[in-house]
Amino acid sequence: MTTTDTATRTPLIELREVSKSYGNVKALQGVSLEVHAGEITCVLGDNGAGKSTLIKIVAGLHQHDAGSLTIEGEEARLGSPREALDRGIATVYQDLAVVPLMPVWRNFFLGSEPRKGRGPFKRLDVETMRRTTRAALLRMGIDLRDVDQPIGTLSGGERQCVAIARAVHFGAKVLILDEPTAALGVKQSGVVLKYVAAARDAGLGVVLITHNPHHAHLVGDRFVLLKRGTMAGSHLKSEIALDELTRQMAGGSELEQLSHELARPTEPVEKDAAGEV
Amino acid sequence: MSADAPPVTKDDRLVRRSLPRRLAGRPELGAIVGAIAVFVFFSVVADSFLQWSSFSTVLYAASTIGIMATPVALLMIGGEFDLSTGVMVTSSALISSMFSYQMTANVWAGIGVSLLATLAIGFFNGFLLVRTGLPSFIITLGTFLILQGCNLGFTKLISETVSTKTIADMEGFPEAHKVFASHLTIGDVDLQVTVLWWLGLVALATWILLRTRAGNWIFAVGGAKEAARAVGVPVNRTKIGLYMGVAFAAWISGQHLLFNYDVVQSGEGVGNEFLYIIAAVIGGCLLTGGYGSAIGAAVGAFIFGMANKGIVYAQWSADWFKFFLGAMLLLATMLNWWVRKRAEAAK
Repeated sequence: MTTTDTATRTPLIELREVSKSYGNVKALQGVSLEVHAGEITCVLGDNGAGKSTLIKIVAGLHQHDAGSLTIEGEEARLGSPREALDRGIATVYQDLAVVPLMPVWRNFFLGSEPRKGRGPFKRLDVETMRRTTRAALLRMGIDLRDVDQPIGTLSGGERQCVAIARAVHFGAKVLILDEPTAALGVKQSGVVLKYVAAARDAGLGVVLITHNPHHAHLVGDRFVLLKRGTMAGSHLKSEIALDELTRQMAGGSELEQLSHELARPTEPVEKDAAGEV
Repeated sequence: MSADAPPVTKDDRLVRRSLPRRLAGRPELGAIVGAIAVFVFFSVVADSFLQWSSFSTVLYAASTIGIMATPVALLMIGGEFDLSTGVMVTSSALISSMFSYQMTANVWAGIGVSLLATLAIGFFNGFLLVRTGLPSFIITLGTFLILQGCNLGFTKLISETVSTKTIADMEGFPEAHKVFASHLTIGDVDLQVTVLWWLGLVALATWILLRTRAGNWIFAVGGAKEAARAVGVPVNRTKIGLYMGVAFAAWISGQHLLFNYDVVQSGEGVGNEFLYIIAAVIGGCLLTGGYGSAIGAAVGAFIFGMANKGIVYAQWSADWFKFFLGAMLLLATMLNWWVRKRAEAAK
């Protein structure tokens, strides 16, 4: 991926100098980012960096105060999640992706249920719903035993995958993933990242919110670093190595300070506090 | 799930679950087991319990609770409470009666006005809930007290007693009586028309819950409101709709109350809201929302009917009814909880 290549295409979503305040708290200040089809844009930042606020603006849950949000070159302001969905922007939230007590197939079609019949006899097309759910999951490489089981009985990773498959099935152009790997183990995280890559290969523009630079660097094409509501950096994959991304993400100089403070008085520090790679 | 599993052609991991196991996953199971237990119990202790006439009495008692328990169950699946239901029934009857009497109108005019007014009360409950975001417990406790006050206050103000004037001699009364409070005889069984209203509502509610988009939304707003909103479910409209459904059933119950006796006592209905909730909970509705069934609530209402009349047939003091109801509620809830644990563990 080169810069000239992406500069000529209109991004699916472009945020320019976007700001948002809650009362007197400035949650986000002058943040810019681009999302292109078939690419993964990673938004990295520590807790409270403004990641959630950023995605809520793109997902239609909140509106920005300043700056511009353009969707396929068109200035937009999203009033509700429904509106965002209608513009092809689907969001998968870490904790509220699904309704746990409902069967997988009901969850899959929730909010966009296919119906048959007419007038007062309009009803859910249950057979199609079941069949389509199974097929759509299989296409993403998810092989589920029983689409009738409550989705709460699936593992966290599987639930994320069903939500991703749902977004792909409903023709989303942009997929926003809020910390999809945060609560998962190493193996489950790998599985989820594979489906993220599968969504990218299906031609979607993906926004991956994470505070794990290792996961981000594995799949990301662009990286936006947030720090206390402002943009701390914006890089293409070709411009930044994992070490540097990890260092910036972990706070750079703050980390050196921390390693200094944590160092044993006599022995030298053996490892970087950011951990092994 | 394993990501690198080979593409599966036929799913052999899916073991066909046995019938008892599949039944155990249904919300109604606890209620059905409870209903059988109560039925056997009263069949043994009360000789006259097994007669057809007793059966129709039990059905009638069940229907008066069941008509309301059905939409209350839907509301609870949708994650909300309504404490104003008991007095709302009385309000609906009072509005109908007093409008017809004061305007000397055809009773059907009163019935129509009552429908609109009761639906408006339901809308008010729902609207306040979604606008303020306060717990439904508080909001409907407020409307409960307001309605109770209005019922007594307006009745005394207008009729100068605590009950309404009789409307039995007014135009349209015989027809309305037929619709809301008549008997039909099928074979040996004498059926109150409320039983038909009840069964109709249960069928409608079950169809809505399991086979329509609205039903999907009801489960979703009760199970995980924010997740539902995020995927585009109209949460507010669904909740307001549920409250208006409760109001609609309150209107049916109210009209029965009026046309069964032709006068209405303004203080009636207080405490009934708990009976409706109890029937829904015995029927498998979770207090936290997102789980339950209309058929379960119907079985819950049937248990209520059997207990209510069974005590009479057993020639015990009716004072013990509440004790029985409380014990039943605890047992059924524990049974439901236990069954659900077992069902989940068996997966």
